[in-house]
Parts: sequence; structure tokens; C-alpha cells
Amino acid sequence: MRPFSPSRRRFVTGALAAGALGSLNLWPASASANGKPRDPAVLSGTEFDLTIDEAPINVTGRQAVATSVNGTVPAPLLRWREGDTVTLRVTNRLPVASSIHWHGILLPAGMDGVPGLSFKGIQPGETFHYRFDVKQSGTYWYHSHSGFQEQTGLYGPIVIEPRGGERFPAERDYVVMLSDWSDEAPETVMANLKKMSDIYNFNEPTAVDFARDAAKMGMQRALAKRKMWNQMRMSPTDLSDVTGHHYTYLINGAPPDGNWTCLFKKGEKVRLRLINGSSQSIFDFRIPGLKMTVVSADGQDIEPVTVDEFRIAAAETYDVIVQPADDRAYTLFAQSIDRMGYARGTLAPREGMQAEVPAIDAPQWLSMIDMMGSMAMGGDMAGMNHSGGHSMSGHAMPSMHGADDMKAAPKSRHAKTEYGPGVDMRVDTPRTNIDDPGIGLRNNGRRVLTYADLHTIGGPIDTRDAGREIELHLTGNMERYMWSFDGQKFSDAKPLHFRHGERLRIVLVNDTMMPHPIHLHGMWSEMESPDQIFQVRKHTIMVQPAQRISYLVTADAPGSWAYHCHLLYHMEAGMFRTVVVS
Amino acid sequence: MSHDMVDAHHRDMNVMDHGDMESMKHRATRSASQSDIADTIQGAPAPDDARDPDAYAEGLEPGHMPGMDMADNTTRAKALLNRVEAFRSNSGRGQAVNAQAWIGGDIDKAWLKMEGEREDGKLGPTRSELLWDHAVSSYWSVQTGIRHDSGDGPGRSWVAFGIQGLAPYWFDVEATAYLGENGRTAARFESSYDLRITQRLVLQPDIELNLYGEGDRDRGTGSGLSDIDIGLRLRYEITRKFAPYIGVVWSRKFSGTADYAREAGAAVEETRIVGGLHIWF
Repeated sequence: MRPFSPSRRRFVTGALAAGALGSLNLWPASASANGKPRDPAVLSGTEFDLTIDEAPINVTGRQAVATSVNGTVPAPLLRWREGDTVTLRVTNRLPVASSIHWHGILLPAGMDGVPGLSFKGIQPGETFHYRFDVKQSGTYWYHSHSGFQEQTGLYGPIVIEPRGGERFPAERDYVVMLSDWSDEAPETVMANLKKMSDIYNFNEPTAVDFARDAAKMGMQRALAKRKMWNQMRMSPTDLSDVTGHHYTYLINGAPPDGNWTCLFKKGEKVRLRLINGSSQSIFDFRIPGLKMTVVSADGQDIEPVTVDEFRIAAAETYDVIVQPADDRAYTLFAQSIDRMGYARGTLAPREGMQAEVPAIDAPQWLSMIDMMGSMAMGGDMAGMNHSGGHSMSGHAMPSMHGADDMKAAPKSRHAKTEYGPGVDMRVDTPRTNIDDPGIGLRNNGRRVLTYADLHTIGGPIDTRDAGREIELHLTGNMERYMWSFDGQKFSDAKPLHFRHGERLRIVLVNDTMMPHPIHLHGMWSEMESPDQIFQVRKHTIMVQPAQRISYLVTADAPGSWAYHCHLLYHMEAGMFRTVVVS
Repeated sequence: MSHDMVDAHHRDMNVMDHGDMESMKHRATRSASQSDIADTIQGAPAPDDARDPDAYAEGLEPGHMPGMDMADNTTRAKALLNRVEAFRSNSGRGQAVNAQAWIGGDIDKAWLKMEGEREDGKLGPTRSELLWDHAVSSYWSVQTGIRHDSGDGPGRSWVAFGIQGLAPYWFDVEATAYLGENGRTAARFESSYDLRITQRLVLQPDIELNLYGEGDRDRGTGSGLSDIDIGLRLRYEITRKFAPYIGVVWSRKFSGTADYAREAGAAVEETRIVGGLHIWF
């Protein structure tokens, strides 16, 4: 990995001076100007007053304006208790309309906070009263659903204490909220993507790369490696639209040099509530030297599974329990999927410590599996001959179940609207295995979490089989930067109707080469294995390139609900649907 | 980390070893060429039984409550100053501009193209086009509109009809046919390629051809293939939006155009050294 230039380093790692951090009450920055830990902004109880307003922020040394709640980015940590009724009075002091959506929370449709679906939005100067019963527990988060306010800072954590106490208790409990900060206004970022979709990709294949490959594997294989990508006019390095080259990544509002720190005593169990509160980023998280036991996903307890690393997409949450054995500092390391930046914090016995920050992994090219799904996994390998005609990029074989998994590789049913200018590829035979850690994490020598490892304790909330099936394809055209479901952007599409009370299956096929975290408001998504056995309950499911997954939904919440990709710029470009339950 | 697992950092992640290829289970299916696969992923037309995406609406129509502010139908504008350059050749020196701009949405845009030059203080041929650009497929648009030629002779107006897009292997292509007054016809073809040498250094070869149906003595263009420009420009992207460049352009006139040039004592073939800026916003 090329080392950063000094100016790039400061951009990536953040403004160092405490003075720079002091202009905005970044919480819970563990070190204030005099080195003493600052109390986090935590609100508990059943009545909450939240004020949305602009606030100055300085993350990279450049003054900017953030969208804050009660003056902070991230917004205050809200502590609720399962069984309580909470009232949240949200006052909007922005010059434009705003909103707050409680992500993953089951509540009446009018309280969901999506302008145009739940309500008209919170107008400037207005106060909106949210009020609902808390019927669940775990780690969640909240964020604006207006414009690009989620990108400019309106996001915060929610921790709901379970009625009977934590199933997996720990002596320490910390929220670790990952996010992405852009000094450039998000509207400009969106406009840039529309005018040159690969503007932020600084890992494009170059002639220098080609020369290196040719020297290593011979001219013919080097050409063959690129041939299909070039023919299709697609980039094998298109991992993120907005990369670490543009973003500074934050942990609880602090850039890497801010070194957000949480404390432990040797032998204690520490619970870390990882939340990906970013707008457009997918992180790969690990703590070098420390194994993590994952105990909760999207707020729901799972059978504990111990791993070295996991991928967390925008809007997902994972609770992990670690038990550091040594009296030393550990680095909390979250590198972005595009491998151009990272977020960093420290878990230490005392303030002011830090551990070695690992190098970012080398970025990998997308592989045949990401482009073609099951056809690359055993379906059509005969076409890929050994004699230099074709070489696979990356170690694309996560698990060779071989012919068994391929037996009923279901064929996609593309919508007839998928053949227009808004779609640049279609996968006919997607892969269905959910044990692939994903591009950049395959065979890296670490035990990486996959969805196949997640098993929600207690099974599904509804044991009925699906009464019917809905198939939707995740589609897009990278060159035009258009994103959609079934080739139809939101403005051109009709709502999806769920019949109140039904149990239905949603099948998603990712006809693109990017992972998309898909979020259905108001109802749980109960993901199943490729054999249609209940797997895990989530509110946000990351669908990998050329992958087909399915989940069951019980449509028990009447009203209009948002259903969309949680990558903000994809959502705004059209990857959004209204679900009407009636 | 177990020792028999390869240290991923030290291994070239981009090469699948021959040994790994052997261990993959093959299916004895048809041998699909890479082109076949690319066609399946991109080219195939919609089958007759393709799914109806509106079926899940079960009769519901979109009914927006006020407040919905999705940005998927926004009008945007882009200005591309493709080349703002100074040139020097044996016959003289001058400046040239090649620019495009559009305003519109994802499918329909109003598109402006402009190209002109000035040599030794004298305004050379200038081409302006105003087109309606309509996206018809993943990588192509159809463009219809008007073109006006000025400078270096009497003005000529044309109706334009053509395509613009991205061809396989990343070639940018514009191909336009024109119908002018008095039954004049013309065609223009332009293609360029960006060869990324490093993340910031890009080498761009390009070619432009002009053809005319009839000779136009007043504007010095002959019938048939009129002229070819072949350029090679090397730009350094200080940012992706701002890149200075240097380059060389070889141009040649043919048939009637060459005759008119000789009559006027001008060169039929010219090599220019160019330097300029490539900017967009």
C-alpha cells in the first residue's frame, strides 16, 4: 500500500490539535484539552428534548458546518428501557425541513420520521412530538431522513436496556459509532458522482499496474485479466463510490488522530456496541490482538460466535464482547472496503495510550464471483481455461461446497424494466451462499464473520411459512450513476403492497457489483439460509454483488414504510421504494 | 494464524494460482467465451416472460404526501472545457477551444457542443451544436438538434442527428450526421481513449474525421473525406476536475479540401504542439 503523503495523512487521520477539536463538542471524545476524559452526552429516561441545529465542526483542519443535535456530532446517546413509553420532542432550528428516523425501532408508521411517508417533516422552527412504546431491546441508532442531513452529522446511538437485564453481561459497555465525514457538501458530492461516477476512485487500474502484471504473469494473462472488465466498461476496483480518498472516517466523532479511547481493567469483559452510522461506507472492523465474541446483530441477541474481524455495512450494528488479557492498549481498527482510509480508536487500561495501527490491507479487484455469481463458482468454469486465457482476480473461492450448492442455483427473473438506460448489468445465475466474507476479506488469514455464522436466539418471531414471494432486483448504471430497484428509480415506480398480517418472502438479487445494505422500515427482515431455514433477524441486510438472498417479513405494521438501500447516495439516486401495508 | 494458510499480505492477491484453478470443481457445461459471458451480463434483450415490476403494487398508485424530497429526478448541469489550448505549428500559432455542456436529468438533457480556433489572430472554422440528448441504452444516447458553422467563410446551418456514448473497451465515441441548406450533407466522427498511466497521469489519443456530401468552395471544404485530426495529449490531474496537459496533433486535409488549401497557399498537412487545460465543473 502506498504510504500517504503528509498532506493526505492529515486529511485521513484528522486535525491533531486539541484546539481544532474544541470548536464542536465532539462526544464522547475521551480527552479534552487538559487530558481528562469528557463525559459523553447521554440522555436517559422517558422524556427527551432534542434540538436540531447547525454547528461549526473541524475534523480535518478545515472549518465546516455540521447538522447537530443538542450541539454535538454524533447526536446524544439515548438510553431507553424496554417496556417504557418514550416521548421525544424534536425541535428543528435549521433553515430547511428536517426529520429523525429511529432506525430498527418498531413503532406506529406516523412516528417513523420519513418525510412524505410518515409525516410532512419537521419544518423550520417547528417541534414534533414523537411518542411510542419501546417493544424491544438492544443497540440501535437514529438519523435524519431529510436530504443529505445524515451525511452532515445528524446521527446518534440508541441503547435499549432489556427488561430482564443483559443476556450477556459485561463490566464495561461502550458505544462505538463509525461514520464518514465529508468537508465537501454532500449535494456537491452527489453532483460530482453524476458528472464523473469514478471521481473518488483513486485505485483505478493503470498502465503501471498492467506493466507489473505483465512482468509477473506474462502479457497474455495480464491482458486476459482485464479483457472482460474493459469489454463491459466496468471497473474492477469500483468498491465504493465515495472512498477514503474523500472521507475522513470517525469513531464517535473523532478522526483517527483524535484517538477516541475507552478504558478497561485487566480481566474485565467489555461490551462494544458497533454501529455503522455512516452515509456511504462499509467498514471491516477488527482489534489486532483481541478476539471478539459477537453476541448481537441489529439489536437482536445471537448465539455467540468468536471471530477476528467482521464487515459492517451502513446502518448495521453488532455488539461484541472482548476480554483483554493484557494490561496494554489495543487498536480499534475499521478500514473502509475501498482500502483508502480507516477509522481508529483505542481500548486501553489508561488514558493517553495507543497501540500500533495496522497497515490498511491492499485493495483487491472484484472477482468473477462478484460479477457473475454461481456461474463463476462451478457453473461455467470450463470456459476459463488454464492456458493463460483467463486468471481470476483475488481468491474467489470461499468454500467449495461444490456441486451441492450449485444444484438448484435459481435463475433470476429480471423485471422487464431492467433493460433500459438505467441498468448496466444483469446477473442470470446469482450465487446463494451466505458464507462468503466478501471482496477484500477472502482468505486473509483471519476468521471473518459471515451471515452464515449469525443465529438469532429464540428463532423467528413468526413461524408461518411465506404465503407468497416478491422478487426484487438491485440495479444500477455506474456510468450514469443511476440506482434503482428493478431498473425503476423511485420517481418512476409504484409502491409495493403488503397485505396486513401476511407472512411473505422477499427475494433480493443484486444485479450490480457493489454490496448494498437494504433496509425495510417498520418490520423485521427474518433472513433465511439458502435452504430456507431461519437464519437471523435483522433490520438491514447487506446483499453482496451477484448474490441472491431471501428473507421473510410479517406485515403486522399498517401504514407506509420506506424500503431502500442505506447507502445515502444510492437512495437519493432512486434506490428506494414505498411499502404500503394495508 | 496457521502456517499452512498463506500470508495474504505477501501474496499477490490478484493472481489465481494454477494450482487453485485445478482444485476448483468444474462442471462439464458449454465452454463459454468471455464475450458470451459479457453479452449475457450486459447485452441480452428482455425475454418475453420478463417479470412485471408493477405487479407488486396490487393496484396502488404512488401518492406522495408533501415532504418527500428524493433527489432522483434532479436537474443538473455540467460544463466540460475539454480543451482550452494554445498551439504552435510550422504555419503559425494560435488558440483552440473544445467544450461541451449539458443541463438536464438522467435521461434527457439539452447538450451544447462548441469547437473553434484562432490562428495568427484570424478566427478559424467554428462549430456550435445544440442538441437534445436522449439516453437509449446503458452507454449510449441519441442526439438530435442543430449545428452552425461560422468563422472562416459564410455561416452554414445544419440539422444534426447522431449518437454519443461509451463503446466497449472504454472508447468515447461521437458520430453525427448533418443535413444542411440546399441539400448539403455532412458527417463527423470523433473518438478518444483515456489511458490511465498513474492515478493522476492520463494519456489521451483521439481522432476526429469530417466528411461532406458536396464541396463548399466558400468554406474551403471538399466532398468526401475532408479532414482528419489525430491528437495525443498527456494530462496531469491536479484534481479530477482540473488538469493541465501537453500534446501533439497531426491533421491532414483530403481531396477537395486539400485542393482548396493549396489554392489558398495553406498547408495540407500540419503538426501542432499543444498545451492547455482540461477542466470540468
